Formats: sequence, C-alpha cells, structure tokens
Amino acid sequence: MKLRQLVLATTVAAAGLASALVSTVATAQTKEQFFPVLVYRTGAYAPNGVPFANGYVDYLKLVNARGGINGVKVSFEECETGYATDRGVECYERLKGKNGGATVFQPLSTGITFALTEKAPGDKIPLITAGYGRSESADGGVFKWNFPLAGTYWVAGDVIIQDIGKKAGGVDKLKGKHIALVYHDSPFGKEAIPILQERAAMHGFKLSLLPVTHPGVEQKSTWLQIRRDRPDYVVNWGWGVMNSTLLKEAQATGYPRENIWGVWWAGAEPDVKDIGMGAKGYNAITMQHGAEKGSAVVKEVLEKLHAKNQGTGPKDEVGEVLYMRGLFSAMFAIEGVRQAQEKYGKGKVMTGEQARWGFENLNLTQPKLDALGFKGVLRPISTSCADHMGANWARIHTWDGAKWQFSSDWMQADEQIIKPMVKAAADKYAAEKKITRRTPADCQS
Amino acid sequence: MAFFLEALLGGLMAGMLYSLVALGFVLIFKASGVFNFAQGAMVLFAALAMARFAEWVPGWLGIEDKFLGNLIAFLLAAVVMFVLAWLIERLVLRHLVNQEGVTLLMATLGITYFLDGLGQTIFGSDIYKIDVGMPKDPVFLLDSVFPGGVLVNLEDVYAACIAALLVVVLSLFFQKTGTGRALRAVADDHQAAQSIGIPLNRIWVIVWFVAGITALVAGIIWGSKMGVQFSLTTVALRALPVIILGGLTSVPGAIIGGLIIGVGEKLSEVYLGPYVGGGIEIWFAYVLALVFLLFRPQGLFGEKIIDRV
Amino acid sequence: MFYRENGQFKTSYRKDQQIFAIAQDRWAILALIAFAFIGVPFIADEYMFRAILIPFLILSLAALGVNILVGYCGQISLGSGAFMAVGAYMAYNTYIRIEGMPLIVALLAGGFFATLVGVFFGIPSLRVKGLYLAVATLAAQFFCDWAFLRVGWFTNNNASGSVSVSNLNVFGLPIDTPLQKYIFCLVFLVVFGLLAKNLVRSAIGREWMAIRDMDVAAAVIGIRPVYAKLTAFAVSSFIVGVAGGLWGFVHLGSWEPAAFSIDRSFQLLFMVIIGGMGSIMGSFFGAAFIVILPIFLNQFLPWAGGMVGVNISTAAVSHTEFMIFGALIVWFLIVEPHGLAKLWSVAKQKLRLWPFPH
Repeated sequence: MKLRQLVLATTVAAAGLASALVSTVATAQTKEQFFPVLVYRTGAYAPNGVPFANGYVDYLKLVNARGGINGVKVSFEECETGYATDRGVECYERLKGKNGGATVFQPLSTGITFALTEKAPGDKIPLITAGYGRSESADGGVFKWNFPLAGTYWVAGDVIIQDIGKKAGGVDKLKGKHIALVYHDSPFGKEAIPILQERAAMHGFKLSLLPVTHPGVEQKSTWLQIRRDRPDYVVNWGWGVMNSTLLKEAQATGYPRENIWGVWWAGAEPDVKDIGMGAKGYNAITMQHGAEKGSAVVKEVLEKLHAKNQGTGPKDEVGEVLYMRGLFSAMFAIEGVRQAQEKYGKGKVMTGEQARWGFENLNLTQPKLDALGFKGVLRPISTSCADHMGANWARIHTWDGAKWQFSSDWMQADEQIIKPMVKAAADKYAAEKKITRRTPADCQS
Repeated sequence: MAFFLEALLGGLMAGMLYSLVALGFVLIFKASGVFNFAQGAMVLFAALAMARFAEWVPGWLGIEDKFLGNLIAFLLAAVVMFVLAWLIERLVLRHLVNQEGVTLLMATLGITYFLDGLGQTIFGSDIYKIDVGMPKDPVFLLDSVFPGGVLVNLEDVYAACIAALLVVVLSLFFQKTGTGRALRAVADDHQAAQSIGIPLNRIWVIVWFVAGITALVAGIIWGSKMGVQFSLTTVALRALPVIILGGLTSVPGAIIGGLIIGVGEKLSEVYLGPYVGGGIEIWFAYVLALVFLLFRPQGLFGEKIIDRV
Repeated sequence: MFYRENGQFKTSYRKDQQIFAIAQDRWAILALIAFAFIGVPFIADEYMFRAILIPFLILSLAALGVNILVGYCGQISLGSGAFMAVGAYMAYNTYIRIEGMPLIVALLAGGFFATLVGVFFGIPSLRVKGLYLAVATLAAQFFCDWAFLRVGWFTNNNASGSVSVSNLNVFGLPIDTPLQKYIFCLVFLVVFGLLAKNLVRSAIGREWMAIRDMDVAAAVIGIRPVYAKLTAFAVSSFIVGVAGGLWGFVHLGSWEPAAFSIDRSFQLLFMVIIGGMGSIMGSFFGAAFIVILPIFLNQFLPWAGGMVGVNISTAAVSHTEFMIFGALIVWFLIVEPHGLAKLWSVAKQKLRLWPFPH
C-alpha cells in the first residue's frame, strides 16, 4: 500500500519536473508581433484589474480585425499576476522569449514595475507604465526603457491640487486650509507624497498623511482621525477595495463626498457603483479619458468584436473608465510599434529594441488619434529622448450617483514644479545605480 | 472628550465585528481541537454565497420583495455551508483522526486554498453587494452636551447587537441542549465521548456547520459594510489576536478579547499613530495580545495548560 | 540489494559519526551536488534558472531555517517573512551605506541583524507555547511590515519606499547572468545545508529536539529552555535572514515590503510541514513542491484544457491552481502526515530490503 503511494508520488513529481522542462522548448518563429498581457483577474484587486485586462485584449483583437500593424498580425498571451511581484517576475521570465520575443510589458502594478525596471534593460524589452510606476521614469535620459506615457503620479497630484484650488476660489485661497492624504501604504500610495508636500510648501496649506494598510478594508481609525481633524479636503490615493471602503466610511462619518478627490486609479465604476447615491459628488482625476461610451473606438469595438461574440468580457463594460484605460494602453503599444516600423521597415515584426525607439519617438497628433477613434478622448501625445511621458493633460470627473460626468476643462500639470523634481529623483537613481545619463548620440539611435 | 467617546465607541463596535469572526475559530477548536485556518475562507465563501444567491433568487423565483429574497438567499447559503461541513468531515477530518495538531492545521490550510479557488470559480471575483437593509448614514448623539455630537455608526450598532445575540444563542445551545452537551463532552475527551456512544463524525459535522453559520453571519455583516470580495479573507487575520487574547477555547473570551483588541487598536491608531506616522493598528493589536499572553499564557479565559511529564 | 551497509566497516569514531554513513548515500549526495553544479547549467535554459531554480534554491534555504525552528525545536513561528525582510533590508543598508562592502559580507550582516530581531521576537516563546506562540510571532511579521514602510532610514529615504541593488560582484566576478546567480545561490545553500545538518546532530540540536518533544521533562533533566529556544530562534533567523538577502538581491533585484508579507511566512511554514518537519531533506522537498507545483499547474492546465477542447481563462486557471494545490496538500497529509521526507525515508527503508518485500 505504502509502496503504491510512493510510486504514485514519484510519478507525479517526475511528470511535474518533465513538463516544467518541456514547456520551455522554444516555439517556432511566427510572423506575428507578440504582446504579453500581464493581468490580475483574481485576488484583492481583481474588480479593477478585470476591466483593464478586457480593454487591453479587446484592442489587440481590434487591431487584428483592422488588418494588423501595416499587415503584421498581433498575437498575445495573458498571464495572471494577482498583483504579486514575484508572480509578475515569473510571468515576465516565461513570456519574454515566447513567440519570437515580447514587444513590450505593461505590468499594471507599481511593485512589479520596480522589479521589471531592473530586468528589462538587460533583456532589451521596453516597459510602458501609462499613468503609474515611478514618476521619475519620465526622464528618458536616465530611464531608457521605461515609458510612463500620458501621465505620472506627480502630474496627477499636481492637477488635483489645481482643481481643489479652483473649487476653493483660487489656489491662493488654500492658504491655511487642511488637506488630508489618505493613501495606500505601498510605493504606489507614497508616490503622492512628494508632489503634495511641494504644493503644500508653495501655497501654505497643511498636509496630513494618513496611510491605510493593504488591502485597505480597515479604515475606521483613519476616518475617526478625519472626524477629529476635520480637514477641508481629502485626497484619496487608493486602488482596489480601498476606494469603495473609503467612500463607505466617508458616508458613515458624514464627510461630504464633494470634498474628496481621487487619483485616476481611484475613480472608476467598481469603486462607486455599489454605493450609488452615497458617493454622489466624489471627484476623481482622469488620465485624459473618462468613461467614454460614446466614443468612436467603443462603437468600433462593439461592432467588430462584441457583435460577433469575440469580445473579452461583458458588453456593458465596454467604455467604462478602466476599460478605456486598458484600451488606450494597448493603443500606445501598437502605435509605438507602428512608429518603429517607419524606421526599421514597414510590415516587419519589430524587436523590443526597435519598439523602444518607436515609443521614444511617438508622435500621436490629434488627426491620428481621431482616425484611431479617440476623438475627444485623448489629446496629442509626443515623446522624446528626454521626455518619456509625452503629455501632461488631465480632467476631473465627478460621480453623480449613476455615472461619471466631466466637471472640469482640460488642465495641464505645472511643469515648472514637476520637471525639477523629476530630474532630481532621476539623478538620485542614476547615482545609486551608477548609471550615466544618456548622451545625445545615444538619443538618436 | 467627545472625540474620545467616539473613538471608544468605534473601537467597541469594531471589536464586536472581530469577535464575530473569532467565534468561528473558537467553536471549532473547542469541539475538535483543530485550529481552523480556513475560517477566513469560510467567511468569504459564505458571504459570496449569500450575495450571489440574493442576486439570483429574484430571477429564479420571480420574487419582488427584498426581505423574502434575502431570507431565501440566507437559507440557501446555510444549506451550502452545511454541505461544506459535511464534505469537510467526510473527505478530510475522517482520514486525519488522531493526527497531531500541526497536521490538522495544515489540512485546514489546504482547505483554505481549495475554498478560495472554489468560491471564486462558482461565484466570481468581482465585488458583490449584500444589502440587508443596514443603515448607511451616521447618527449624532448627545448633540446638546458635545458640540457636533458623538458620531455613532448605526450599522455597527446593529452588527454588535447581532453578534451579542449570536453569542447568547450559542451559549444557550452549548449549555441547555443535548447536542451542546455532546459537543462539550467531545471537546473534553474524544475517546471518553466515543466510549459512551457519542457519534464523533456527526458531532464534527454539526460543529463545522455551526461554525459555518457563524461565518455566514460574520460574512453578511462584514460584506454589508465593505462589499464581498476576496480581500474579506483578511478579516480573519484581524480576528487572530482576539482569539489568543481571549483564549482559544472560550466563547466569552472571544467577545471580551474582541472588545479589548478593538478599543486598543482604534485608540492606539488615533492617539499614538500620528507620532509615528500612522498605520500601527494591526501590529499594535498583536503586541497588545502578546503582552496579555506574557501574564496569562493561555489567554484571559482559556484553559490552563497542564503539562504532564 | 544495492543499498545496504553490509560490508562497510567503520574503523574510527569519526567515520562512525559522519553524516552520510552509508557509502551509497555519500556517493549519491556527491553525485547530486556535482549534477547541480555541473550538469544543470548544461540542460537548463534561462527561464528554468530565473523562474524555477533560483527561487527554489533561495526558498529551500529559508525553509531550512524555518525547519530548524519549527521542526527541530517545535516553536511554531509565523514571522519568517519578517526575518527575511530584515535580512534583505539590512543587507541592502550595509551594502549601500558602506563603500566597497563585499556582497557576501553584506548578506551575512543582513543575517546577523535578522538574528538580533529573531532573538528579540523569540523571547515570548519562553512563556507562550504552541498555537499561541504562532499567533504571537505574527506580531513580528506585522511590525516589520510597518517598520519598513514607515521608517525612511531602511529604504535610504527613497520617496517611494522601494529599494534596488545592482552591479553585484564577488571578488571581481560579476553576479549578473542567470547561471552566475544560480551558482552563487547554490554555494550558499550547500554551505548552509552542511552546517545545518551537522548542527542538528550536535548537542545543541539534541537540546532542541528535547525541547520539542517534552519541554518540561527537558528542563527537569537540566537543559536550559532559555538557551535552547533562543539559540533556535537565533540560528533559524540567521539562515532565514541570509535567504531574504538573497531573495532581494539575486532574485528580485528591486523590492518593497510586500515581497516579504505574511503570505511569504505562510508559504515557508507550508514548505516545512509538507516537506517534513524535523528533517533537512524535508525542507528541499517542501520548497520544490511549493515552488514548482503552481508553475507546473499554470502550464499544464491550459494545455490539458486545450486537449479536451476547452478554452480556460487565466482567472479560471488561477482558481483551479488554488483548488488543486489545496486538494493536493490535504491528500498528501492524509497519505503521509509526516511529510515528503517521511515518504523518502520509507523509500530508503524499502531499498535496503529490495528485492525482498520484508
């Protein structure tokens, strides 16, 4: 009896080892541009990760439906990270060499971004971290392989303060006021602190920092403190369940939701739809786009994919905030490859290095964006060697109880404040890692 | 002063919520000597069942009335927990009779993983809503005495009352009914209980079912507060200091421990937290429990540990 | 027939007491080590190194440390993630703040600080036992989680709280490619494994086992519980701290406190229990099980689904992974409650008699 179990156990172990070895056999070279898709469809952050993943994959399918990138079809593979850094690293290692080589990675997690920033340059694969990751990676002179396209956290923080100032009647009216930052206690949440401290010093408002431990479901003491200190405004820098908990606690303590501003990862449907009217008045910054159910690209997705039952995810999710973010994150990846094809050969499959050049020389003009279906959704984005962010526009939208409505015009972050901060942080990183800044010659390549 | 009262009340309420989860741990440990690591997963599984059934039942049976829908969902969820308890006893506990505590602990860890995966496969991994009609807006008491009033969260008060009711029901169950007596006998000595004819297997199914119902109630209350999602399993970690402070085998210990931990957590975060940058409440709860343990190693109300050499 | 001690006569006490007394064992272990050093680099590719072998080596080192505390000394500890974190962060600080610090010294320094923290959080073990102690050690875990996020000094006052290391080298040899990292970790593992194996056979090891089996009786016959328990915490935390340093420096390269969260502590405890408590070999088996199984399932399930014609989404794969993992743990415990190491020793027993059944 024991022997039988022993034999069974050994065969299972041997099979496991064998398949782990076998699975690494290289697949045949295909003439397709391969995009690995790092997602989290499970775990504490799944409600927000799922629409993003659906949007990303839908756009890749749409590109194939449109005929590919100058004829080159797109292939992709999802890999579940569960927002955990080591799983993200394992997904990266597994997918980076597959199907001819990964074109670009988009980790959708600040923790995984930090880990991959170390590995990607060695493997010559670029990272797009649209709206997250290290704010200082906008400095392409130090961070050759990172692309925080369309916005970083310092842009978000800056514009939030600008909007708070507007609602207060002018940024000078903020003097003497009290703003509380309720942030996710992790590198993601802490990114907000430098820019808010900078603005606090500039305008003379008091900034108090209230960390919330992951995953953020326990905020009673945070809101007790807010009850006591009665800050004039609250900035929410959360992700996942922390956001809906925050709004529920705000409702439970009677704090006016009109005085709460959230970062662009805290302003989407999963955060507010269960609370409904209880979250009415909650403001959140958007990374240019909001919920865009009326946009041309959404119509195209519904027509070409969902009508033929090829959509990823439910139909009514198409056009929601996080879905759109996934959509245009994929769009950046595709357009970067298209731009690379201009230099390295139209209709050819691009390597990671070539795609990197494409991301560094992205020039998405308004006509181009309109043609892709993003009219009214996105503003022009153009990157360069020094600037890997490409655009710093944002808007604020407010939840009216049933949907998100834009409540501000297009605003720009103040580069006078942010640029020196980015350069200082990038220089500190370069000194620590003993990297030298890129030469102009290197910028041309 | 008003703020101190608010913080105190808030702490007491939070403590009661932790006790709800801790009760499940205590019940199973009391009756079968197994430290059920899967309690958190059971809370999530029960809450998911309740939330999803509450969503689906109106569709299946065409019921309009919310209360009736919720009631049927509750009963369905209770049936699910019973089936779960029966399966656990049949597939896991029966084969691990008389093993060391640490093996059983590990088995419950395996059950945790299994339940996590199963719950999300059957019911989904989105945030789901449980709406049992709890009030969401705050109430301000003693407006005349303190300016601004003392904030009282009615939802928490209801939760605390339900927790207290549950404890009373469980105590009555253990003290007055025949099954309760049998459970206490099994907790005392498995072999002696078996020798007088108490069917151990059935007792274990009952215990796990009762713990499952406790998990269901805890899941409904927590789920109503914060939505039902995978992160609900983390409340079990908040309940652990409560159990070790109160004693692993004591139901009143779970309540008293919960109140102490709740108050300790909130007061420390609000008064000490700002000096060290905040975020201290989780480890403070554990340190508080640890300090108590140094004086009473078996917890406040736990059974004294007797070592025979 | 092949595996027996017949004909192997010991002619000195030294030979009688050596670790692998049976010659076949000795040859087998030497062959295994040779294969690990020389053979594996030829057959493994980059993915195998980076995603499977290196995590396996580092986590088996950590499991070794935890096994000493939990398996040999009987003190259940759920704070191992915190000790790994201390090892990683203090190694980082030693490496960054002191110019020209050699890598190995930095890692050992990380282990040393982890020892201090481990002994401090081990003091409750003198009063508290069993499951109460397990939960009490969670205090260490959560405190360290908080400390590394809040106290800026640990992360070199980095605004984001995330740290990274690069340009690792040992005596001028760079530790850059996956192969070099693999050999580096393997050296650490072999050295520490040998040290641990000898330690548990020595007087202090026997004291630990006495405390584990019957601590009151052990105290009665003159074993000082304070000394035994605290040394167990010390040695265990040292090894776990070094493993933490390796995890951060060699495997991740850049990390945040969440990399050493409570999930890591649970993972290490699982490895020890599944692998076999109180067994050095068990740590390796347990680490292999916990590291390789999820990856195997991740590859196997979509392939199996493809065979049957069912397209499984990544979420479903993840959930099924969990379910199979949990079910396998329960199955293993039913089949062999003492872990994989017991299965292994049963196999060796059978081999001694083979081809006879008894």
